[in-house]
Amino acid sequence: MMGIPEQGLALEASGLGKRFGSTWALRDCGLSVPEGHVVALVGPNGSGKTTLLHLAVGLATPTTGRVRVQGGLAAGSLEALERVAFVAQDTALYPSLSVADMLHLARNLNADFDSARAEARIAELDIPSARKVGKLSGGQRAQVALTLALAKRPRLLILDEPLSSLDPLARHDFMAALMTAVAEDGISVIFSSHVVSELERVCDYLVVLASGRVQVAGEVDDLLTSHQLYTGPAAQADRLAAALPVVRDRRAGAQAHLLVRTGGRRAEVPTGWEAHEVGLEEMVLAYLRDPGASALPGPRELTGKGARP
Amino acid sequence: MAIDKQISGDEGSPIEFRLDPGSGVPTYLQLVQQVEHALRLGFLKPGDRLPKVKEVVAGLAINPNTVLKAYRELERKGLAVGRPGQGTFVDGTLGTTPLREQQALRRALTAWMRSAGQAGLDEDGMVALFTSALHDFRAETTGTTGSSEVIAS
Repeated sequence: MMGIPEQGLALEASGLGKRFGSTWALRDCGLSVPEGHVVALVGPNGSGKTTLLHLAVGLATPTTGRVRVQGGLAAGSLEALERVAFVAQDTALYPSLSVADMLHLARNLNADFDSARAEARIAELDIPSARKVGKLSGGQRAQVALTLALAKRPRLLILDEPLSSLDPLARHDFMAALMTAVAEDGISVIFSSHVVSELERVCDYLVVLASGRVQVAGEVDDLLTSHQLYTGPAAQADRLAAALPVVRDRRAGAQAHLLVRTGGRRAEVPTGWEAHEVGLEEMVLAYLRDPGASALPGPRELTGKGARP
Repeated sequence: MAIDKQISGDEGSPIEFRLDPGSGVPTYLQLVQQVEHALRLGFLKPGDRLPKVKEVVAGLAINPNTVLKAYRELERKGLAVGRPGQGTFVDGTLGTTPLREQQALRRALTAWMRSAGQAGLDEDGMVALFTSALHDFRAETTGTTGSSEVIAS
């Protein structure tokens, strides 16, 4: 085993930025994601999700700042590559190779590759190993990519839009396989996704990106307990909005719905108002609609926390 | 998909979880409620094994931490106990009201529904009223506030 610097963080970024030409794809990104989480990375197209993931696995180099993985290892370093597996958006497999040849190739490209486990998984999934990867269904191809990634026995698995091209059943099976790997091996997972509605059951840590900046970051439970939806008379909405940070403000003639960040405190609200818990999807959508709102400090300080140098 | 290949000597769990994504109830709480429900209806008895974390995860495609959270909550409520290396087992009962009493309560509730209907309340109105009253009752008896509350200044 190597030395153990800064144990405990799966992903750590500070001042991280990436510029392509004159455009900043990612800017001033600070994150401290502890190990053992299933992290969902959410944001509209062009918000910097893929850039952040590519920086984390060393497929791109930062313009500013730095990014470290698995307890302080420089992204893209040999030590990091041994512990981190990456499944790219288009599941970068060779379509003209058979599944068996793909496994053979992966075995020869990775120092520590659990062939027996990979072959067993392919057999369990009833994927014909003689078939060419290009002839597999989207769901099977995704499962092969996941199998190869897991056979590396990573501590951190990063996936870019793993669900985007899958039908609902394949999505369910893929997530079941991924969550089983989390249960069996205790790996950390970071995945980007557009499928906001299905995040609640799988992720326990959320990062929302907007226009290249981190808008929300934190443990899902903390985020949900620190947000509430207040419903009440529109005439009194301003008074409430003045007291609490409002993420989303919807008002009609008589009634107002304010999604507010309470920070977990019990807020003083005039009589006639109701406070409701919000679900993850509702909260994520509210933030996506208003890129200006942010929940960064939140209940936990995200930068400057933990064992940093 | 046969992910859970570990075939243990003991029998499987008597129950299997399901999820209602539209219910708005947090996933871990759905699992807790299903165990409580199964206890009330007699599907689960003390000593029965709850589904293994890996089985639940593979079946429902949910985060293992969610299952652990549900099982911790059941332990906290005194309804289950975790045995290292074996799993989580039912270790309590939920006060089951005798059938005769249940029937009497049901009749009273039906009478209430009849008068509510006569007063012009439709089914949704009854549910809303019942839920609201149940919420007040919960706040009254536990002194805590539930998932949604009316805040007084």
